[in-house]
Amino acid sequence: MTQKFLFYFFAVLCVTSALGVILHPKPTRALLLLIVTMAGLSGLFTLLGAYFVAMAQLVVYAGAVLVIFLFVIMLQGIAAVEAPLHQRFRGIYLLPAGALSLGLAAFFVLMLHKMPLPALQMPLGTVENIGKTLFRDYLLPFEWASLLILLGVFAAVSLAKKDDAA
Amino acid sequence: MIPASHYLILSALLFCIGLLGILIRRNILSLLLSIELMLNAANLNLVAGAAMHGQLDGQLMAFFVMVIAAAEVTIGLAIAVLLFRRGGSLDTHDIQQLKG
Repeated sequence: MTQKFLFYFFAVLCVTSALGVILHPKPTRALLLLIVTMAGLSGLFTLLGAYFVAMAQLVVYAGAVLVIFLFVIMLQGIAAVEAPLHQRFRGIYLLPAGALSLGLAAFFVLMLHKMPLPALQMPLGTVENIGKTLFRDYLLPFEWASLLILLGVFAAVSLAKKDDAA
Repeated sequence: MIPASHYLILSALLFCIGLLGILIRRNILSLLLSIELMLNAANLNLVAGAAMHGQLDGQLMAFFVMVIAAAEVTIGLAIAVLLFRRGGSLDTHDIQQLKG
């Protein structure tokens, strides 16, 4: 009962704040709403037994990635505003965009609603279990991921650097 | 107990909301936010899949998606800063130079 209540609470929180993310005209507010979505998703991860992923979602995503995002949006200042929705595109374009995403959502809901799926059994994603699997079965992907992060840092620095010498 | 299909439907809804965001937004920063939303929807799907099969692999995949999203955001934001410095705008209609 409690679990059901929590699931629907977090689900409604996620969907409403996600709609806010895509509809709010100010990017700063949209980003803060995305943090609310992340918090709701982390609650859902906890319900699914993925404790480590839920914490990583809060600490890494909501705590680090989106804060960098916030800094960049605030530094852009005047560029971080957007035209109102009705002036942004012509209606002839907005109509198929809405129809496409609504149709895709309806298709997924109808397809998944009837599909026979196994019952959830909640593997315990504690730090201990995740760490054991990560460093036993996924050691090589883990190392590649660290290399990818390093390359990302290099790319970001070399892209955003001011070309004073040139 | 909540059926697995509820989690998958929620994830599909979040994904479609992100897709709509990509289609109706014009600011590059907002587009990146919508991409984040779609990646998170995929994460929820992966974690629900892990719970459906009773294995941890899906949760590890979600963790790797998180890592890759961090790298993607770093480079995307660097490109946004660069575009702003070049043209003084982040509107996709003002960035015409990349068109072939």
